[in-house]
Amino acid sequence: MIRNVLQLNAEKQLKHFLSMEGLKRHHLIEILDTADFFMDYERNRVKKVPLLKDQTIVNLFFEPSTRTRMTFEQAAKSLGANVMNLNISTSSAKKGETLLDTLHNIEAMGADMFVVRHQESGAAHFIAQHTAPGIPVLNAGDGRHSHPTQGMLDMMTIRHFKKEFGPLKVAIVGDIMHSRVARSQIHALTTLEVTEVRVVGPQTLLPSEVEKLGVHVHHDLKSGLDDVDVVIMLRLQNERMDGALIPSEREYFKLYGLTEETLKYAKDDAIVMHPGPINRGVEMDSPVVDGDRSVILQQVTFGIAVRMAVMCLVMGVRPLEMNHE
Amino acid sequence: MSNRVHKRTEIRGGRVIDPANGIDRITSLFFENGLIVALDNAPAGFEAEEVIDATGQVVCPGLVDLQARMREPGHEYIATIASETQAATKGGITCLLSPPDTDPIIDNVASAELIINRAKKADLARFLPTGALTKKLKGEYISEMASLREAGCVAMSNGDQPVMNTLTMKRALQYAATHDIPVIIRPVDPFLAAGGCAHEGEVADRLGLNGILDAAETIALARDLMLVEETGVQAHFAQLSCAQSVDMIADAQKRGLRVTADVTAHHLHLNEFDTADFNSNMHVLPPLRTQRDQEALVVGLKMGTISAVVSDHRPWEEDDKLVPFPEAEPGVSGVETLLPMVLRLVDNAMFTMNDAIACLTSKPAAIFNLPNGTLSIGKKADICIFNPDEYWDITPENLISLGKNSPFLGWNVKGCVTMTLKSGQKVYQTS
Repeated sequence: MIRNVLQLNAEKQLKHFLSMEGLKRHHLIEILDTADFFMDYERNRVKKVPLLKDQTIVNLFFEPSTRTRMTFEQAAKSLGANVMNLNISTSSAKKGETLLDTLHNIEAMGADMFVVRHQESGAAHFIAQHTAPGIPVLNAGDGRHSHPTQGMLDMMTIRHFKKEFGPLKVAIVGDIMHSRVARSQIHALTTLEVTEVRVVGPQTLLPSEVEKLGVHVHHDLKSGLDDVDVVIMLRLQNERMDGALIPSEREYFKLYGLTEETLKYAKDDAIVMHPGPINRGVEMDSPVVDGDRSVILQQVTFGIAVRMAVMCLVMGVRPLEMNHE
Repeated sequence: MSNRVHKRTEIRGGRVIDPANGIDRITSLFFENGLIVALDNAPAGFEAEEVIDATGQVVCPGLVDLQARMREPGHEYIATIASETQAATKGGITCLLSPPDTDPIIDNVASAELIINRAKKADLARFLPTGALTKKLKGEYISEMASLREAGCVAMSNGDQPVMNTLTMKRALQYAATHDIPVIIRPVDPFLAAGGCAHEGEVADRLGLNGILDAAETIALARDLMLVEETGVQAHFAQLSCAQSVDMIADAQKRGLRVTADVTAHHLHLNEFDTADFNSNMHVLPPLRTQRDQEALVVGLKMGTISAVVSDHRPWEEDDKLVPFPEAEPGVSGVETLLPMVLRLVDNAMFTMNDAIACLTSKPAAIFNLPNGTLSIGKKADICIFNPDEYWDITPENLISLGKNSPFLGWNVKGCVTMTLKSGQKVYQTS
């Protein structure tokens, strides 16, 4: 499909990072290996690796976000880049400026890379189609479509704890329909060829033909968790629910909430993940969030390394191929 | 231009195709005073003042497009009756029906007259308004249908606005039936379609786009077919998009209901996979559905369940499409590509040239009992002459419509109009 070509250059290397779709296993592995490289630096308490020194990275956020923006900012600064933040939801969109005008204005200020979050699916593709050649676009979440850096940090977390993707069974539980994170995870997991990906939730929270994405559908949490190695819980996105998709949070928790009891259906060494922010007592019981199977905080740490890796790769900087003393 | 209306003219050497009269042969066509006077041989004493050489070309009735928006009145900054009827004549179209959802809405005689007068002033393609089925299209009170028809509206329609209240819909159809006024219905369940921008299926799932179920069309169609049966009104269902809708229309026709249907040219050639790169020109309503639906629409047209192909012309400014897919205004610029897209069905070996032209002339005209769409002796000389073998590229530069939002940009298509005549006057001619 055309959009997959958009994020690769003539050498089939990443020039934007918009979506997991269309990327090959080796692309994902390269991101993970590069991120591991930055984690080694992190462990050695090296705060800055100035590979993108004097580059200007612009965080273009059309949708409110603190956390994701902070991790991108942290990643950029760790690479020695300058960071500009623009929150459009409170700025020019309200003044009637078009998305393209905003974009071209910021380009004129000398941006070298855009990090974009937007409430509409396809917005990052749209921006990538209209930026000047050589200016990479990183998708930090577009509508329900894609959130590829989140997907990659989840893969990094899984690889860290489980080493190999091949034998794994992974369950993604909750609001798949409205989740760009779930879509990115599903594509990444199938590209990395895990044994099985399951989605678990009521039909009202599942896309109509979700099985065509290569997943198994479970409506029952116990069967969905049975024998899995990884449990990914999704946030119940209240703000996206414009219809009555579930009767109540109480019933949702009863049927799909992860407790120490229901977690027993998964493998004994299964890890529990969540992209945050968590609604305690809605998706997950507090003892599970804080329990020893939870790797939720590690996900956040890996997030910075993954974003550093992607920022380098789209700029054609390959630290793994460099000579390090 | 030497363009006197009364000029005696012969169109010589073309392949004359007139589906209404079962004519398809290379011959001459004669007209005088804007009316067709003879085929094959000149009438006694007829001396042509002008001979148009149509060798190698097809000579057919001017095309009849049952759904095209001109953006005037109300949105002249996008396009005007003059600009879009000119684009239509470049597409070989000489007669257009326009929905009532202009600004002001065509729900009163004054608005109908305004739009008819502006079209007369432009004097390019014939322009027939449809009146609002309900006042202000709000679906609350029925409109002055009889007066609107008297003012020149050929049918009543609620445009894109579904009449949600079933009782109001029943009364509107009853009233239309009383006065034997045909109604045009685009079947949509507003609740199921709310917020959607793509077919709810595999592609929308992947792209994270809000989907519109098939059922958004079929549920509304089922309700309205029941009301058609109840009231006996003549109903035309516009822009079908699903396979199941075709079956439902076929079934209703079999039961003897006065029901017809049309399909857009883009639904015959595109499907959900064409939206897969977020191309905002593919954002249309009803949405592009599955390949199976696309094929069923072609078969429905071939079988005659669907009798007309329409452009559903909706010109937009460039900025209206230069936004992320869900935010783009829905609709295509279609009058200039209608003919080549229908001719493509001939090349796919499914349709004869006669079948294809019938879907654009005699069949749509017959639905509303229009005098257009035929080359019968005594009828107005509304004629389209096109080169069936000439290829051209669909590019923004090649479209004269002010809307460049064609979903077919970049396609190389066959079939190029060389001359369009309305009442014997050349309203379009290639230079």
